[in-house]
Amino acid sequence: MQLTVWTYEGPPHVGAMRVATAMEGVHYVLHAPQGDTYADLLFTMIERRDRRPPVTYTTFEARDLGTDTAALFQATLRDAFERFQPRAMLVGASCTAELIQDDPAGLARAAGLPVPVIPLELPSYQRKENWGAAETFYQVVRTLAAGGSSRNDGGAVSTTVSSDVASGDPPLPAGISPSRGEIEGVGAALHSAPQQGADQKDAGGVSAGSISPLEGEMPGRAEGGEAGVIHSPGANEVADSTSAADARHAPRNAARPRCNILGPTALGFRHRDDVAEIRRLLGGIGIDVAVVAPLDASPDDIARLGEADFNVVLYPEIAGVAAKWLKRTFGQDFTTVVPIGVGATQDFIAEVRQLAKLPEAAGEARLGSGKAKSNLPWFSRSVDSNYLTGKRVFVFGDATHALAAARVATEEFGFTLCGLGTYSREFARDIRAAAERYGVEPLISDDYLDVEAAIAAAQPELVLGTQMERHVAKRLGIACAVISAPVHVQDYPARYSPQMGFEGANVLWDSWVHPLVMGLEEHLLGMFRDDFEFNDAARPSHLGGGARIAAEPEDEQEPSFPAATAASIAPGWLNEAELELKKIPFFVRGKARRNTEQFALERGLSQITVETLYDAKAHYSR
Amino acid sequence: MSGAAASPGVAVPSVGCAERPVLRERGQREVFCGLTGIVWLHRKIQDAFFLVVGSRTCAHLMQSAAGVMIFAEPRFATAVMEERDLAGLADANEELDAAVSRLIERRPDIRMLFLVGSCPSEVIKLDLSRAAARLSERYAPEVRILNYSGSGIETTFTQGEDNCLAALVPALPEAEAEAPSLLVVGALADVVEDQFARLFAAMGIGNVGFLPPRRARDLPPVGPSTRFLLAQPFLGETARALEERGASRIAAPFPLGAEGTTLWLKAAADSFGTDPMRFRAATAAAEARAKRALEPFRAELAGRSLFFFPDSQLEIPLARMLSRELGMRLTEVGTPYLHRRHLAEELELLPDEASLSEGQDVDRQLARARELRPDIAVCGLGLANPLEAEGLTTKWSIELLFTPIQGYEQAGDLASLFARPLDRKTRLRV
Repeated sequence: MQLTVWTYEGPPHVGAMRVATAMEGVHYVLHAPQGDTYADLLFTMIERRDRRPPVTYTTFEARDLGTDTAALFQATLRDAFERFQPRAMLVGASCTAELIQDDPAGLARAAGLPVPVIPLELPSYQRKENWGAAETFYQVVRTLAAGGSSRNDGGAVSTTVSSDVASGDPPLPAGISPSRGEIEGVGAALHSAPQQGADQKDAGGVSAGSISPLEGEMPGRAEGGEAGVIHSPGANEVADSTSAADARHAPRNAARPRCNILGPTALGFRHRDDVAEIRRLLGGIGIDVAVVAPLDASPDDIARLGEADFNVVLYPEIAGVAAKWLKRTFGQDFTTVVPIGVGATQDFIAEVRQLAKLPEAAGEARLGSGKAKSNLPWFSRSVDSNYLTGKRVFVFGDATHALAAARVATEEFGFTLCGLGTYSREFARDIRAAAERYGVEPLISDDYLDVEAAIAAAQPELVLGTQMERHVAKRLGIACAVISAPVHVQDYPARYSPQMGFEGANVLWDSWVHPLVMGLEEHLLGMFRDDFEFNDAARPSHLGGGARIAAEPEDEQEPSFPAATAASIAPGWLNEAELELKKIPFFVRGKARRNTEQFALERGLSQITVETLYDAKAHYSR
Repeated sequence: MSGAAASPGVAVPSVGCAERPVLRERGQREVFCGLTGIVWLHRKIQDAFFLVVGSRTCAHLMQSAAGVMIFAEPRFATAVMEERDLAGLADANEELDAAVSRLIERRPDIRMLFLVGSCPSEVIKLDLSRAAARLSERYAPEVRILNYSGSGIETTFTQGEDNCLAALVPALPEAEAEAPSLLVVGALADVVEDQFARLFAAMGIGNVGFLPPRRARDLPPVGPSTRFLLAQPFLGETARALEERGASRIAAPFPLGAEGTTLWLKAAADSFGTDPMRFRAATAAAEARAKRALEPFRAELAGRSLFFFPDSQLEIPLARMLSRELGMRLTEVGTPYLHRRHLAEELELLPDEASLSEGQDVDRQLARARELRPDIAVCGLGLANPLEAEGLTTKWSIELLFTPIQGYEQAGDLASLFARPLDRKTRLRV
């Protein structure tokens, strides 16, 4: 049981909803109790969608339990099919329905609907939203893109390959699917694909500190099993349309290479804008986009995925598994660089050119292109940006955005990374590897309280995180910009604001610099600390009024962790020293206080004077 | 006692309510579960903390519903059950104890902790009442630990508050006094509570308690001498629990609008034998002020049609107020659950034109709304934007629970909540 104040991800069925809501012509029937419909408002309110998500909930109640919840599911499924006439359906259970074991897959099979019905097994007590989205997208792709291959031989094969019952897990109560162990190294052979770009990157002069492409696995994936499509007598409609995919091996007359863009969903952080930006970028280098999925894709579009030459994976958390299946099935390579930031966008272009078999752009042009297309390089070199140098930044988010932010922060803003973490446990390895390279402690946690403690300890000047880190930063009085889901309504801006590509780099520049106190203002604050209006307890002057909340962590009566009870033995601060301490900028004051106390303790000093403070400063600055 | 008959100057509809037909539907319900009540209860009882024992879905609901992600440090959290908790119940209890101890260490200011049951905790039959008793032994007297269910399989939205207050009732001290006391039941905004306290004092009813209290240690006493007045229409379980303690309910309509507030106060006044002159003296000025405040809104809203999707059980009192005091035209009035006894006085006042529905099959109900094309559709957050996109004007119902709307001084505010969407429509030229 995990004590959770905020959760970074929703349950896995919300991930499935993100895929279903992104698509056209798909309807999801979810076996769920009253109240689970709250998820609709994520889409209609937070993302401000103008339609209800294509989801029908069975809404069972306590009095239904043990009687006719299965019949309720079947009736709901039939009604939903008749009312919405989807081209394909998803069926599954939310956390509570998982416990009552009604077998939506079997019930859906028995219903004999004339469209493909894709059963989703999303273990709610083990997995979370991104895993659910990845699994759903994978099942959708596998079912609808399989085409006329022998994979769908008409048998109603359940998706769950329950062969892992033997994994030695403790016995589970009814309704809990057996733990699907973390399958390390599944698809490891496919990692040769990422390596293709590596040489080229070095050749391209990308600094050695750059972060390698994501190699995360979605653990617990039942790869290699048969697609879970339920075929019933009349279920040939989409199968027919997928036969078009048989033409995939036929030579196309296209002079231009084609790719699919995989990963964008509903409720994604800037997904729609990222797609627009990357589509434009690809067009500019002579590559056409065949299908974008799941965002705005119909079942017919999914059936055409195999026609493209390669796949662009924008969000590995969501599309990584499907991309690997597409590589195995259709031999489509996929991109491994996520184009966030100028450098990564250039690397992405190089990788895409290679996958598309386009000639490599001349070195000069390549290096120059980023500067011309994004303002970030020049803005960052502009002298007024000097004050950004070495600012301590704490990065936390999903793995894709956290890794990208770490690279951009260090290489393109000149910040110093003081913390790097993710809630995406599936990508822990990537984050650990990156953290080692940056010389920081990796933080792999989905516990908000742990993240809060890590930020408080790292004393950053800027937090790049999620909506949750915005809370932490607000409490600690630290500037913050949001770089990753989960986000709130204000992070669905009206204007075009991608994170990816060259325009995305401009957006990063604006949104990361904005929360900071500007250079000269910072100097003046340092010089005249006691000014009654312009002091460091005030917020940056361009951000309007309001006072910082608890500028110093130890000021805020943090009642939390027993470790913090050493205060009683700490040496006493003389008033004069205490006042002097207040003249140190707020973002390092906590650290200065701790260092000085440590310094005094080690030397057996019972009192801290101004002298002690400066002795300690000199000691630690060595 | 009939509140309507006691009301001066109010025309009572000639047709009663008893046989009013109700459309009962079941199907997909676009409503929150009872956990959502925590969103206001955790602000109301300032030293209480709510720990949901549930799944990640529950935690996600709590942070998503009503946009509470904006609060940096809420006084609620979720103990998220994981697979290993489901593997054996003894384990789940230990895990729960660990979560509670971490919580109490972090928040030593907590005086009352509610363990709140959810759908999964109920399906696996995790006994939270035993857990609460066990933990109470450890943390009493500093922290009192209670439990209730907010699960979606048992409760709809506001029924969570009902279960929470019902769980508080056994903890209330026994009323010693022989003299009758008044207990106002249902979470109200602090400002509204203070206004009511002043009004009751002016009426000569001095011994007034409020449930829930603002502080966990200020639990009001209850006993056979207690007469309670429901401030909210969704408190069936709480009323039952209070009656078990010997308290008696004062039947009344609910204090929405000038008329509703007068009838509600009058019911208490009659029960306590307040002199009618004194009652008028205490209430006349405020009632007149409320009516004046409503007047401009009446001009905007009279004749406009209104459709209620079920949400909070406030629908019938709201429909009564909006039709009788503002002249709005009722179409369908949907409610998740119709408590006929507690709403008897309301139903008597409700115009016949209203067609009542209980429960929900959301797609069918949407079809009816589209056909009726009401001037305002009152609905939850999942439906509001899609209906707006179809050209219907909506009022989010959750705002009706997050805004002080009860009492005389808030009558105008209540009306403005309904006038604002229409006002906005007329302003916008884009």
